[in-house]
Amino acid sequence: MKKGKADPCNYLFRRARVIDPARDLDAVADVLVVDGILTDIKPNIDLPSDRLAHFAVIDASEKWIVPGLIDMHVHLREPGEEYKETIATGTMAAVAGGYTAVACMPNTKPVNDCAAVTEYILERAREQGHCRVLPVGAVSSGLEGRSLAEFGELKGSGAVAVTDDGRPVANSMLMRRALEYAKNFDLPVISHAEDPALSEGGLMNEGPTSTLLGLHGIPKAAEEVMVARDLALAELTGARLHIAHVSTAGAVRMIGEAKSRGVPVTAETAPHYFTLTDDRLMTFDTLYKVNPPIRGPADVEAIKRGLADGTIDAVATDHAPHSSIEKDTEFEYAANGIIGLESALPLILELVREKTLTPSQAVAKVSCNPARILGLPLGTLLLNQRACMTYLDPEFYFVLDCTTFRSKSRNCPFHGQPTRGRALMTFFNGKVAFSRLSK
Amino acid sequence: MPFKRKDLLGLRELDVHEIEHILELAVSLKEINARPIKKVPTLRGKTVIHLFYEPSTRTRTSFDIAAKRLSADTYSITTAASSMVKGETLLDTVKNLEAMKPDVFVLRHTVSGTPHRIARHTTASVINAGDGMHEHPSQALLDMMTMLEHKKKLDGLTVAILGDIAHSRVARSNIWGLRKMGAKVILCGPITLIPPEAHTMGVEVSHKLGEIIPEADVIMVLRLQKERQQQMLLPSLREYSIYYGLTAEKLKKARRNVLIMHPGPLNRGVEISPDVADGPHSVILDQVTNGVAVRMALLYLLGQK
Repeated sequence: MKKGKADPCNYLFRRARVIDPARDLDAVADVLVVDGILTDIKPNIDLPSDRLAHFAVIDASEKWIVPGLIDMHVHLREPGEEYKETIATGTMAAVAGGYTAVACMPNTKPVNDCAAVTEYILERAREQGHCRVLPVGAVSSGLEGRSLAEFGELKGSGAVAVTDDGRPVANSMLMRRALEYAKNFDLPVISHAEDPALSEGGLMNEGPTSTLLGLHGIPKAAEEVMVARDLALAELTGARLHIAHVSTAGAVRMIGEAKSRGVPVTAETAPHYFTLTDDRLMTFDTLYKVNPPIRGPADVEAIKRGLADGTIDAVATDHAPHSSIEKDTEFEYAANGIIGLESALPLILELVREKTLTPSQAVAKVSCNPARILGLPLGTLLLNQRACMTYLDPEFYFVLDCTTFRSKSRNCPFHGQPTRGRALMTFFNGKVAFSRLSK
Repeated sequence: MPFKRKDLLGLRELDVHEIEHILELAVSLKEINARPIKKVPTLRGKTVIHLFYEPSTRTRTSFDIAAKRLSADTYSITTAASSMVKGETLLDTVKNLEAMKPDVFVLRHTVSGTPHRIARHTTASVINAGDGMHEHPSQALLDMMTMLEHKKKLDGLTVAILGDIAHSRVARSNIWGLRKMGAKVILCGPITLIPPEAHTMGVEVSHKLGEIIPEADVIMVLRLQKERQQQMLLPSLREYSIYYGLTAEKLKKARRNVLIMHPGPLNRGVEISPDVADGPHSVILDQVTNGVAVRMALLYLLGQK
């Protein structure tokens, strides 16, 4: 493939498997990008040979073209903790992982609880970002759980949802009011479901492994008690509730039951919750320390079933970068969190290989579903718009090597793991935001 | 059989032969403590650093006496504060100390798993002198040595561990050690103080002290920490002592040769009544004596490399 810097963004992908679940499309087709515009998707695209010379023509057989992936739950750490990640490095990691939009949580320093911070994030994203950044505002001022943040102003300046993620909204009345008030502005409320009294002091999942290691456990009930409360409040208020990072079988069951009753709830999980079990902590490795904690085999199975039957709508990464200062320390003092932007895609594609999800279901979890939850017209391949899509090889074999990640942080428990499936090119806004193809 | 390990981090990873080897060696070294000149030159020129990130008098003194009786040079660094409070990470502290070329670190830390972490980062041997709620292997070894002295064997013994199992590293190390040596272990205490899914460690669990007393060859009483009441694990120390405190009255139903053990320090009148602690079945001070011998054995095995 030849493409000089001055060349326009002209690509012709031949015989790609195009998967766009929003349009119920899963077919082999040619995909044409002219000057960055996604011009055509159809079985055979013929261009006159003189025109063809201006195109990079890519044999895309056995590869997929999907809408630019959306990660609805990341931590970009800017402003405040730029030594862990910045909007520049986080979005670079995103496009390297195949994502073209990331929703960033408000627990920055300062907290994103007002227009000024939301606008700052969007401004930095415009200047330095490699993909779309979707700021999520706080539920409570300063994440302190005492009074509501200004949702109207947050939405007006570009916030797509509200959450106190990282901290539960412990006060049930505040959560009720948040749901009611967010409904006013048609903002989803994202729940970090954790009963802080039940999880207090906890360092890992409560069970045989925590007993054996002598580490304080966090019972599954800490999550489930809060899921039950928030479902009751969503039912009461009729407001849109989204449960973040679901980790337990009980939570999946309750969300499924609520959905079947018509409660306006959606849910996400993260790859580590359907890939890892808590026995990985046997070596006291702080890379596995995350909140909610990695649970047991029955939970992993329930999460997979929940993904397959649609109870869990989305897969987010909860990309939580930490430096060695926070991670390379005694277990109890180590920060919670796992980075995910550059390791998620192969782990999601593993669900396809093991036949838990169809390719279309898998793509939906990271494209149209998060877009629908956030109420955004994204996550689908739009013709005659600037290309926003991901070209990936679902069988690309490689060993996950976090030393090559674009993220500033290295807290990846999948480092060294052989895996398959990788983004080869990510188009954002009509440009190649990332490419693994040789120039 | 030579002891090939670099570190002693816990009893879960040791096999039966290794445990037997340590206990046999401890028995032979115990004799040194009875001599008028209680010192042998075995570890002359070796350096042992006691690194205690948690207050401890008994264990630290026991390790220190053990090291000195083997002629090692010892240094003690004690701090109640965590490394992070000091501003230097624990790893930095260990790296600095390692640059002074010690042979053995004896490490006590409030956080489970910390000795494992340190062991991966130093070429010196690491002996776990108690980590969080995880393991306290030298304590379990001295407990087993004491049982062996009085019962002649561990295989077939029924050992009841009574009290706050959930927070006890002593209990965990004893469970691993005793189970490997063929003993039956019964945990006894209120449900709030028994760790979740304790049966997965191969033990029986009871919540009724009266029922297990007649079955036990050994009753190991654990210290009840007073803060458990604030953590909503207990309504009061008074109620605990009524149901789970070991008294002479309750011991009337015990086997004739029952051994009463306690890792110390004791809360007299809470988990154990004074007449039991000082009574004819108590081997609590034998445990302390054997502690020096066991720690000499560990230092001998790890310090010679």
